[in-house]
Amino acid sequence: MQISLSSDYFDLFDLPKQFNVDEGKLKARYMELQRMIHPDKFAAASEAEKRWSVQAAAHINSAHDTLAKPLSRASYLLKLNDIDLDVETDTQMAPEFLMSQMELREALEEIPSSADPYLAVDKVRKVIREEIEGVSLAFDRSFSAEDHTESRNRAREWQFLDKLLSEVGEAEARLDDDA
Amino acid sequence: MALLQISEPGQAPAPHQHRLAVGIDLGTTNSLVATVRSGSATVLRDAQGHAIVPSVVNYSGDGSCVGREAQQYALTDPLNTISSVKRMVGKSLEEVQGQQGLAVKVATSSTASSPRLHTAAGDVTPVEVSAEILKELRSRAEESLGGELVGAVITVPAYFDDAQRQATKDAAKIAGLHVLRLLNEPTAAAIAYGLDKKLSSGDVDNDSIVAIYDFGGGTFDISLLRMNRGLFEVLATAGDTALGGDDLDNALVQWIKKSAAITELTEPADLRAVHAAARSAKEALSSADTTEIKLALLSGAEINLSLERNQFNELVEPLIRRTLAPCRRVLRDAAIEKSAIKAAVMVGGSTRVPLLRSLVSEFFEQEVLTDIDPDEVVAVGAALQADILAGNKPDAEMLLLDVAPLSLGLETMGGLVEKIIPRNTTIPIARAQEFTTHKDGQTAMALHVVQGEREMVADCRSLARFELRDIPPMVAGKPRIQVVFQVDADGLLTVSAIERESGVVASIDVKPSYGLSDAQIEKMLLDSMASATQDMHARKLAEQKVEGERVIEALQSALQADGERFLDPDERAQLDSLCATLKTAIEGDDADIIKSAIADIEHGSAQYVERRMNASVREFMAGQSIGNVEESLTGRPEKT
Repeated sequence: MQISLSSDYFDLFDLPKQFNVDEGKLKARYMELQRMIHPDKFAAASEAEKRWSVQAAAHINSAHDTLAKPLSRASYLLKLNDIDLDVETDTQMAPEFLMSQMELREALEEIPSSADPYLAVDKVRKVIREEIEGVSLAFDRSFSAEDHTESRNRAREWQFLDKLLSEVGEAEARLDDDA
Repeated sequence: MALLQISEPGQAPAPHQHRLAVGIDLGTTNSLVATVRSGSATVLRDAQGHAIVPSVVNYSGDGSCVGREAQQYALTDPLNTISSVKRMVGKSLEEVQGQQGLAVKVATSSTASSPRLHTAAGDVTPVEVSAEILKELRSRAEESLGGELVGAVITVPAYFDDAQRQATKDAAKIAGLHVLRLLNEPTAAAIAYGLDKKLSSGDVDNDSIVAIYDFGGGTFDISLLRMNRGLFEVLATAGDTALGGDDLDNALVQWIKKSAAITELTEPADLRAVHAAARSAKEALSSADTTEIKLALLSGAEINLSLERNQFNELVEPLIRRTLAPCRRVLRDAAIEKSAIKAAVMVGGSTRVPLLRSLVSEFFEQEVLTDIDPDEVVAVGAALQADILAGNKPDAEMLLLDVAPLSLGLETMGGLVEKIIPRNTTIPIARAQEFTTHKDGQTAMALHVVQGEREMVADCRSLARFELRDIPPMVAGKPRIQVVFQVDADGLLTVSAIERESGVVASIDVKPSYGLSDAQIEKMLLDSMASATQDMHARKLAEQKVEGERVIEALQSALQADGERFLDPDERAQLDSLCATLKTAIEGDDADIIKSAIADIEHGSAQYVERRMNASVREFMAGQSIGNVEESLTGRPEKT
């Protein structure tokens, strides 16, 4: 069984291939497609239709997941330009970036021992979110200018920050568990 | 817009205009069944007016009984009376043995993958016990509705893993129920409220985020859902499969023992009696400030205690507070501030406890919603969904988008887990992963799939071990084996594999870590029907005939519409001949022949179905691109 929906996620949602997407349009298009092909629409249908529907709905979900999250959208744009973020070709990163990373890591490690750990979580998270905001704007600028080397560097920094952000979440979860 | 219509409007065969479908809340302590009658959902009651069927089964030498009747045996025949079986469904032998407060004896056979429970009627598995409860609900529904059910929507806790979901579906199969969908309990509650327009009145066009706080008998679930124009989206779920109203009762039992200076309750009947007294006290304190606990033990000792609401609150507060950590977690997972929550819906009988309501109100900074009976709300929502899935409301706007409750991962080197599908991913979903061989000429490979959030395999739940076979022999590292993990709309996993260099489909042996094989289920199905073999044959034949008619009707209406467009004359002739074979089979009285003719059509028309569905979607998409439907829907100009 094959589904022949567009394999390019931007085409699937009728969106221009750029970093800034109209989120309202993405969501509306996603819902329209799901309303048509979701397995719930085929609960009383034949096995062939059910299988098709599960696969088509899974494809639409993957596409939506990829475009809805800014970092995965950036990564996908690079992939469409044959640039793989996850291949370890060069590990060089700007020294200033690495310095700020180390400071953030220290702040993260000090969370459990701070006077108000939840406040400390909020503080670190706020700093990381601001940095992500900056790096995503920089990505957008360099990608629009078709500077793929710069785009890739920004996206890699973004990956680091994103990892850090999820570690803050884990630290917070540990606080909840200990409470 | 219907993609492939089962029958054209007006052509539907008259006897099947309203298809009987039910929603079932298969709870740890209590179960309910509901249906939609003349447009509104109602729970189905027995002759005495009881909606609730206690999830209790008693097995005696003469057979089994379920519900209130079985509950009466709880005191006189505790060893053969099984309650809270939901805690055991889809669990391993070790996990079941480790559970507290089981009166029934667990067989210690090391050969069985699923635990077996000793009863006077022989050993039974938790799946079979669940099936007994479902059979009871099914017969209540069929008696009350006066006909056979086309299917049921059965609810499960949002946090149920794959093994527990699969076991629930297996139980339904043994009970002779067709499962239209497994639905998460909190989602069902949201459907019940959503369709009643209790939440979205006034601002229907805006997103409403609601928290569903479900404190059931044996499980706690918290879910955040977004509701918008008939669309329900699960943003995040969390919970605890081992925390529920039963634990409030247990805390009270401990207090009673301590206060009455009872060191050991050895008699199972005493244990049950004290539990019953604890439960009544809990219920009484939802409205009264103080209650009396009076009962006599078998030894003649009498318990005579007075309990105030404040004392009760002190006992249960730590348990209720344990539910708040998952509440914080879903907010974090969904990146939602408390202030964005429009409503907090109360589900489960224990949410009647006043302290619970006030602590949850305090947490969510608003009054909690209790408009619909917290015992019935899940079954009502399931019934509404069943009505739609059965095809009784073809124009229904509602579409439910659900998420995977737990991450799925693969075991990698060193016992580490590599996540394939993270939790809260919208389902259905498919993810492909590529593997290769380590040795020259290697033709097989083992994969271990686990479910859970932890980094080590040992801390996650083992779902299944897969063995890929028939990999074409090649030098090490050359094969590119693509394994696709697919989670369907019920949250159940299937795995398929293909070697990309050669296009060879690798075969997969699934060894479920717990649960039952298809052969075991088949045997249980036969066993449960053994007494009525004649009936079963007649019923099977009738079912296959109806199914066959349905298949012919669907195919012919499709062929009439676009057969010439999608099929060449040879393909058309082949389908026509398959159709003729099925028609002949339906004239006869062999269910198996009809079944195989149906399977031939399913197979023979697969390509046709695929072509026309792909074309429909393409046409839809092309139409959308030309118009400006999205902009008129969202009212937002495109960024430039």
